[in-house]
Amino acid sequence: MKTLLATATLALALTASTAQAKLRVFACEPEWGSLLQELGGEQIDIDVATSALQDVHQIEAKPSLIAKVRRADLTVCSGADLETGWLPQLVRQSGNSKIAGGDGAFFAANQVTTLQKPTRLDRAAGDVHPQGNPHVQMDPYRLLVVAKALNARLAKLDPANAALYQQRLAAFSARWMAATKRWEAKAAPLKGRNIVVHHDSWIYLTQWLGMKQIGALEPKPGVPPTSGHLAALVQSTKASNTLAIVRGAYQDAKASEWLSSRTGAPTVSLPFTVGGDPTSKDLFGMFDSTIDKLLGAAK
Amino acid sequence: MPSPLLALALSLAFSQAAHAATPASPETTSSQSRIEALEARIQALEANAELMRKQAEAATLALEATRVEMEAMKSSPLADTQAASAEAAGEPLVAAAPESANGNAFNPAITLILNGSYSGHSLDPDGYQRSGFPLVGEGAPSAKGFSLGESELSFAANIDDKFYGQLTLAVGSADGDTELGIEEAFVDATGLPAGMALRLGRFFSNIGYLNSHHAHSDKFFDRPLPYQAFLGNQYGDDGVQLRWVAPTDLFIEVGAELFRGQNYPSGGAANSGAGVRTLFAHAGGDVGIENEWLAGISILDSRSEGSEDGFVGDSRLYIADGTWKWAPGGNFKDGGVTFRAEYFLDDRDGDFVDPEDSSTTQAWKGTRRGAYVESVYRINRSWETGYRYDRLWADSHGPLASDFDPVRHSVMLSWLNSEFSLVRLQYSHDRPNEDDTDNAITLQYQMNLGAHGAHKF
Repeated sequence: MKTLLATATLALALTASTAQAKLRVFACEPEWGSLLQELGGEQIDIDVATSALQDVHQIEAKPSLIAKVRRADLTVCSGADLETGWLPQLVRQSGNSKIAGGDGAFFAANQVTTLQKPTRLDRAAGDVHPQGNPHVQMDPYRLLVVAKALNARLAKLDPANAALYQQRLAAFSARWMAATKRWEAKAAPLKGRNIVVHHDSWIYLTQWLGMKQIGALEPKPGVPPTSGHLAALVQSTKASNTLAIVRGAYQDAKASEWLSSRTGAPTVSLPFTVGGDPTSKDLFGMFDSTIDKLLGAAK
Repeated sequence: MPSPLLALALSLAFSQAAHAATPASPETTSSQSRIEALEARIQALEANAELMRKQAEAATLALEATRVEMEAMKSSPLADTQAASAEAAGEPLVAAAPESANGNAFNPAITLILNGSYSGHSLDPDGYQRSGFPLVGEGAPSAKGFSLGESELSFAANIDDKFYGQLTLAVGSADGDTELGIEEAFVDATGLPAGMALRLGRFFSNIGYLNSHHAHSDKFFDRPLPYQAFLGNQYGDDGVQLRWVAPTDLFIEVGAELFRGQNYPSGGAANSGAGVRTLFAHAGGDVGIENEWLAGISILDSRSEGSEDGFVGDSRLYIADGTWKWAPGGNFKDGGVTFRAEYFLDDRDGDFVDPEDSSTTQAWKGTRRGAYVESVYRINRSWETGYRYDRLWADSHGPLASDFDPVRHSVMLSWLNSEFSLVRLQYSHDRPNEDDTDNAITLQYQMNLGAHGAHKF
């Protein structure tokens, strides 16, 4: 009996120590999975919930995700209500108290100032986000602010590896700032150009590059394009010397192709997140591809 | 500060007045000296006013300087990130502290479901009889004509770091009377370690697939026949639930519940008010990125002292459920197919006591079965359509013996304007007994107001 108890205790201790060896992180979107890879490397286990071809506004609280959240020490998500239709359900179903709030839940949009905070909350205006536009990953400066905050969170949850996280952050920051300068130099011809977007998710990109969004295929956020609205959009697209009609990799091409055929403005499918096209293998590739594709439309 | 300035002004005024008081001729002296005295006083007052104006100006400038200084102090912690973002937007990137909360900031999330329908039946619902299965709970066909159905009001919030609470009120109408009922009122203990979850209060049992889901997330207007016949539409009661999610790649959930046993399929709150016990297990996962599945088995044990259908004794209900979803690219809101089936086996050992005449007693021992299969095709974000086949197998002997097995076919078409509203048209062809056929057509709306609900898979 005693030996059995001792073996059981030993087995428990062993499983507990292996469980503690690596921080397990659940990333709601691929961009945060990629950022975690930069900041944590081999020191953390990363589960990414969604792919670049999925609409993260509309994910189901499916069993495989409950299983992933169940084992997580930390969830990293965009926040600002982007995941409100599925993340709270996953957290409640998983029975995992670690990530139910506090240090175990990290939201990128909470770390930066968001844009497009609605002054009036009314669902008649579509699927509006009271805390502002959640797609903050499209601004490299905001992304760096998120990286710093995420680094602090990793260090807090896993103090044994704090120095290593700090080192990785320093390396990432240096590479990121250099890349940002490079992107800005390259994107200079895009300044002041007009684009039409599919969904209202590019405000951080357009603000960073000094571009202007003159219209959206969705008449209201989350509401599918209608023919009446599209007809009106044809006029403004034609009249504004539009550079391109921009959609995310996960969005249906039909509406933007239709507008393109009526106006002559080219369509561009941007990665929007890591994995959105073959070049977007990580965050650097995502911005490389985004800038290249927009410049391609400018030629 | 003002008093020495005032003194200065006054002394100036007096010295001028004293100077002007030097006389020239006696006739004009009095009037001239009076004029000079008045002039002097006016000058003194003017000087005074000028001083006051300058003083006020100085104070305003000082105030402005302090404000600027305070602004600088407030923004200084952001200095390094602002430097980094100087080229970006010229505005602070780091989130400010949350705005001070008012009294309503901690109010629970409120969700209101507005539901209404119009149903036409070829068979009068009042004369509806299901062979081998008495109508129980809310398992009867919908009323003819316009009906509110069930509208729901739900409040939910974290109570503190260890508890979560939810109250769902259902507003329904029966025979012209409006009824307000507590559908669910429970507290979840969220702070338990190792994937355990404890629920206390009144809630829907986690058996089967549909039972724990609120009717407003159903794909069809009404519940399938086995739910109507064996659970009175949906089994909920007062009790306690313990659930555990395994730390595995595959989703595995097991749990047990203990209920009062007041509602169908139980009755009379036997066993000192703990008449129903359940066990359930669910497993699920992905196959590639385009397929998801969930399957489960459940058992509900009931000791009844008088169920709605006249049963007294022990009964056991087995449920097996399976769900398979496929969607191109894993985008389930834009297209795809959901396939679901559930199978029920009801095993009874007790007596039948006629609810209308308790002197009529008969042994009730036997099994009955039920099943449904449904398939829903999501055409695009705005439209979905589906077909459901449900049927029951009656007992061949005992008090409810029947040679006929009820069967029903339903088709539906739903238009979803947004995540928050839908309009559904459903047609069903129902054969509840050997002689009758009910062709029913229903037009239904369902609206979701308030907090954005997160639905279970």
